[in-house]
Amino acid sequence: MMWTELPPGLILLLGGVLAAVLPHHGRKALMLVLPFVGFWQLIDVPNGDHAVVTLFGAELVGSRIDSLSLVWGYIFYIAALIAGIFHLHVRDRMQDVAALTYMGSAVGAIFAGDLISLFIYWELTAVTSVFLIFANRTNASFRAGIRYLIVQIASGVLLLGGLIIHWRGTGSVEFGNLGLDAPGGLLIFLGFGIKAAFPLLHNWLQDSYPQATVTGTVFLSSFTTKMAIYTLARGFPGQEELIWIGAAMTAFPIFYAVIENDLRKVLAYSLNNQLGYMVVGVGIGTELALNGAAAHAFTHILYKGLLFMSMGAVLYRVGTIKGSELGGLYKSMPWTAGFCIVGAASISAFPLFSGFISKSLIITAAAEEGYWFVWLILLFASAGVFHHSGIKIPYFAFFAWPHQAQKTCREAPLNMLLAMGIAAVFCVGIGVFPSYLYAILPYQTDFVPYTGSHVVTQLQLLLFSALAFAWLMRTGLYPPELKSTVLDFDWVYRRALHRVWRATVEWGSETSGALTGGMRGWVNNVIGVAGRLGRPGGLVSQTSKPGTGVLWLTAMLGLYLLVFGL
Amino acid sequence: MSTAANAGFSLLANLPALQVVVPMVAAPICTFLRFRNGPWAFALLVSAATFWIAATLLMQVLSGGVISYEMGGWAPPVGIEYRVDEINAFVLLIVSGISLIALPYALRSVEREVPRDKHHLFYAAWLLCLCGMLGITITGDAFNIFVFLEISSLSTYMLLASGRDPRALTAAFQYLVLGTLGATFILIGVGLLYIMTGTLNIADLADRLGPVSDTTSVRAAAAFLTVGIALKFALFPAHFWLPNGYTYSPSAVGVFLSATATKVSIYVLLRFQFTVFGDIPAFAELDFATLLLPFAVVAFLVGSTVAIFQTDLKRLLAWSSIAQIGYMVAGIGLGGVDGLTAGIVHLFNHAITKAALFMAAGAIFLRVGSMHIDKLAGIGKTMPLTTLAFVLAGLSLIGVPTTVGFISKWYLILAALQHGAIGYAIAALVLASSLLAVIYVWRIVEVAYFREPATDREVAEAPLSMLLPLWALTIGCFYFGLETGYSVDIARAAAQSLLGITP
Repeated sequence: MMWTELPPGLILLLGGVLAAVLPHHGRKALMLVLPFVGFWQLIDVPNGDHAVVTLFGAELVGSRIDSLSLVWGYIFYIAALIAGIFHLHVRDRMQDVAALTYMGSAVGAIFAGDLISLFIYWELTAVTSVFLIFANRTNASFRAGIRYLIVQIASGVLLLGGLIIHWRGTGSVEFGNLGLDAPGGLLIFLGFGIKAAFPLLHNWLQDSYPQATVTGTVFLSSFTTKMAIYTLARGFPGQEELIWIGAAMTAFPIFYAVIENDLRKVLAYSLNNQLGYMVVGVGIGTELALNGAAAHAFTHILYKGLLFMSMGAVLYRVGTIKGSELGGLYKSMPWTAGFCIVGAASISAFPLFSGFISKSLIITAAAEEGYWFVWLILLFASAGVFHHSGIKIPYFAFFAWPHQAQKTCREAPLNMLLAMGIAAVFCVGIGVFPSYLYAILPYQTDFVPYTGSHVVTQLQLLLFSALAFAWLMRTGLYPPELKSTVLDFDWVYRRALHRVWRATVEWGSETSGALTGGMRGWVNNVIGVAGRLGRPGGLVSQTSKPGTGVLWLTAMLGLYLLVFGL
Repeated sequence: MSTAANAGFSLLANLPALQVVVPMVAAPICTFLRFRNGPWAFALLVSAATFWIAATLLMQVLSGGVISYEMGGWAPPVGIEYRVDEINAFVLLIVSGISLIALPYALRSVEREVPRDKHHLFYAAWLLCLCGMLGITITGDAFNIFVFLEISSLSTYMLLASGRDPRALTAAFQYLVLGTLGATFILIGVGLLYIMTGTLNIADLADRLGPVSDTTSVRAAAAFLTVGIALKFALFPAHFWLPNGYTYSPSAVGVFLSATATKVSIYVLLRFQFTVFGDIPAFAELDFATLLLPFAVVAFLVGSTVAIFQTDLKRLLAWSSIAQIGYMVAGIGLGGVDGLTAGIVHLFNHAITKAALFMAAGAIFLRVGSMHIDKLAGIGKTMPLTTLAFVLAGLSLIGVPTTVGFISKWYLILAALQHGAIGYAIAALVLASSLLAVIYVWRIVEVAYFREPATDREVAEAPLSMLLPLWALTIGCFYFGLETGYSVDIARAAAQSLLGITP
């Protein structure tokens, strides 16, 4: 057997193990070299199933190479390299090991051909990635990490439950097109849904990513959620529920992103919103839509990584990432500002930037299949994205009201600039020459993104959204406190919609507050009762009186005699 | 079949007798060895011998089938028969193996926790306890089981009380009261069976029970036996002796007993449930193991929950044992080859996991001098190897894939899913209980790694004599989690032989 037929995830995983004992430079060399080795393996290995073993009577496929998994494999290695460069200056063994094993398990999950291997990688990503959050070594990040871990493990438990039921029901653990109706399908779907940050299952994302380290967030943002999108595309393509879930995902984070002050959290919300496009693409399930989901995952990893990197660089240099405390950095960090704008243009889907050529696939697919309402939501969300990620992020960080203290800060370190530069080149390159990306998509396509109507529609959206932002800024109506405004179709309706939105947001936050408050109260009660019973000296854990023991024993005997005597 | 009637004395032919006789004769000798480390070295030697015997017996059984050995040449059912099949050979191996691996560990721990002038008595009690447990396991005679049960119980009371902690005395006394009660129940059960059938040989009992099975006496016997045995393996709510016993006794005793005593009792349950009452139609609809199922579910839920709130590390582990016993009994209660396999394989898996955890706890106690969880702050930095082993074994307790704990839960859930809606509910509860285990293991991780160590005094890594057995078991948790050939195959063969299915 050739080495290239081994499961692809092993390269980074073993590298992670090795990094546990290597000195600093050795670890960095691994982070830079291994993505190339992995990429080489993907290019070299023929399509098909490799590394097949039978365990517990189930057929495990360690390496399934096909057109769908390859797209994710390529981009994961590109992301691994870029994040590795960005991470180059960090001297922290824990983060190096965590990042390598985390990326390795994510790659492994993409190429896992059966549910059992997938489950193992799935849990590995959770357990390894949490250390990128812990690595901040603050109390807040520790707590956020724990919450993150609980949610991620819960997702794995759902997957495990689903896979056991599926196995018993069908006798196979193959990870193919499952569908919700398959035995265990719903559990698996929910397990995937947690990691894909479905609405109401999404909170772990905005909670934990802003708490990770400067470089840790860049790793985190690239892998977990996109791995989940892949599993959805593999297991549930064309599942109509996904269209509506995805549409909701594109829309609701916008409100929160607009009012959020922590700029990395804004990015986390917009990450959630971008995932919505991919989920819609998977849900529509046509060749065009699945191509769109894959392409969007590809471009999204790049530009979202770029944005997180630029915000990370700001955090690294300035020490805060609060929109209200930043501003005017374009003078001291011009390169970072420029790269950030490229990322912002990409996520806003400006023509000639990468987001445009991938998002059009999905939006066009929605239109072709006649999902007009969804199409409208997607357009609305596009404008919203431009508003909070395209304008708000660069504006508040680099322009806005300059703060005196920040004029003296320095440009980001060279390795950070290099990483951002590579990502920016990809963003522009893919936007200008989309055919290279289209060539590796799962299905053959002759899609042409640069038609007159696509470009004009998009530019109109962007212009009106920009106009709204500018007008609000001019009139002083846009402090972050103002819970407003995603202006997309017509500014005339701004006030009315503004009120509706505002009411909706307030109602929504009240309702969800009441709901979570209720849940929290209920959970607290259960914990409280369990604590009273279970703590040392509590009713249940009280075991020092022989009399009580005798009493229980006699009661047990009585029960048995009763049952058997009758 | 090998018997003593063969010409001359053959060592290999007499292994079943030697398995019990060697530690039994060694125990009194041990009391005379009153020089430094003498009793310990002797006990270690004897333990090695019993382990070799157990391993040889297992191999004989696996290759040549059931061994029936007539004690003193008296043929059963009149004489006492020692009977070795797959399942008790497996349990013999677990018990003697744990003793062998716990003794090197015990040296330093006992030096610290047991007064010097009691060492010879301590190791004598250890050997007697070992002898009792091996006897319970190997004998084919119901009354003989009771006798050995008493031997092991009496020596256990002594072991529990041998430490310096005065609270151990009340704990041992409590176990004495409850243990005597349980033993009485077992004696009543055996007596009733004897009255009804006129025999005490287990194989013979099974044959003769058929005609009288539908009588109240036999049913009462079944009830008394089940409850009496349930006390011995500390099934909730008959668990009262366990938390204090394990918490206040010397660490080495916790290691030894947590991994063996409850396992032997579960073996006795299996023996009565399946070999004696197994073929009787009156028990087919509602056999008494099925009635154990609700107790088992409550046991693992309550055990895991209470463990979360403990402030004493050993007590936390003790409550987690109560939960783990719940898993074993749940497997037995679910029945079928899968259920029994789950229960039996967990005997082994939990033995090595919990022994490793108690070893780590004992090593920490040796260095820190306290088991209060708050006192363990930063222990991950001062005792890295011990703490890492604890965390790895803790993963096995949770049931993370690639550990033995996962193998057990896997088979348990497979067994549960065969039982329709109730089975799904049980499987869900098993998973929920695993999540609770995540919490209580995490509590230790948090204290050990994320809190700063107290600076007032230096804490050194545990001595090598403790680390080696600890790591051997920890690696075992992973080795047998990946290489399931030995444990699962033997457990499955044992389950099939109990159910009378020829593979």
